Amino acid sequence: MMELTLQQAGFAFLSAVILVFSVMTVTTRRIMRSATYLLFVLFATAGIYFQLDYSFLGAVQLLIYAGGIIVLFVFSILLTRSQREKDPVRRRKVVAGLLTAGVGAVLCGGLLCTHLFGPSQLSEGEIEMHRIGYAMMGTGKYQYLLPFEAISVLLLACIIGGVLIARKRK
Amino acid sequence: MEIQMQYYLLLGVVMFFAGVYGFITRRNLIAVLISVELNLNAVDINFAVFNRYLYPGELEGMFFTIFAIAIAAAETAVAIAIIINVYRNLSNIEVRNLDQLQEPTETTEPEEKA
Repeated sequence: MMELTLQQAGFAFLSAVILVFSVMTVTTRRIMRSATYLLFVLFATAGIYFQLDYSFLGAVQLLIYAGGIIVLFVFSILLTRSQREKDPVRRRKVVAGLLTAGVGAVLCGGLLCTHLFGPSQLSEGEIEMHRIGYAMMGTGKYQYLLPFEAISVLLLACIIGGVLIARKRK
Repeated sequence: MEIQMQYYLLLGVVMFFAGVYGFITRRNLIAVLISVELNLNAVDINFAVFNRYLYPGELEGMFFTIFAIAIAAAETAVAIAIIINVYRNLSNIEVRNLDQLQEPTETTEPEEKA
């Protein structure tokens, strides 16, 4: 009889939250509930990152996704409220979606279960913050200054594009 | 006993295909966008898990995840700007009404042939 370790219990809880709420996100008919369930999924994903000892990644996930993107979603849901609150679906679409998702999930799941990965083991230990900083700001091999700058240009372009698109026409 | 890597990957599979299902069946533009977020999130989990289990000494998967999160945020911001603009023109954000966007609302300027 094997003991249930704390890590396994945590993983079981997080994966249950992710499984249930990611399905409910796409099946609920109300948009606002859908956004709320997405928030739960993103929180649980941050929990998965913390469990994998990626604390920085978990913090980024919490800040940007759970803090920023969800707020954007809630704002835009409230701004674009339509008369028909619920989002009806047609049978044909549901059948097509179920077929696509089911076939894809079975295919990928089967491949995952049968494929032999390399030697894999969970390595403990946090990554030091200064190592992340050097890798993000360095110009050498396996260092990421160029993508970092490209992201900053992309964000600037997004700001300008968002303002241009969403401003009022006279 | 450790958690196998496959469990994380199967979690990502379920999340991804939930997103695919939502992308196909939903008719509200914001709901479609939420489904895309699910897809991106599943892929992010896969990057982090592969990095942690298969190449524990490297940082590549983590950086891909960080950049993917940043790009997802930018994409969401622009998409929501477009959606708000669509709402301003059409007063709803149903996917099937989007083809009305191509009709000009006012025909002040005649079409010119180059």
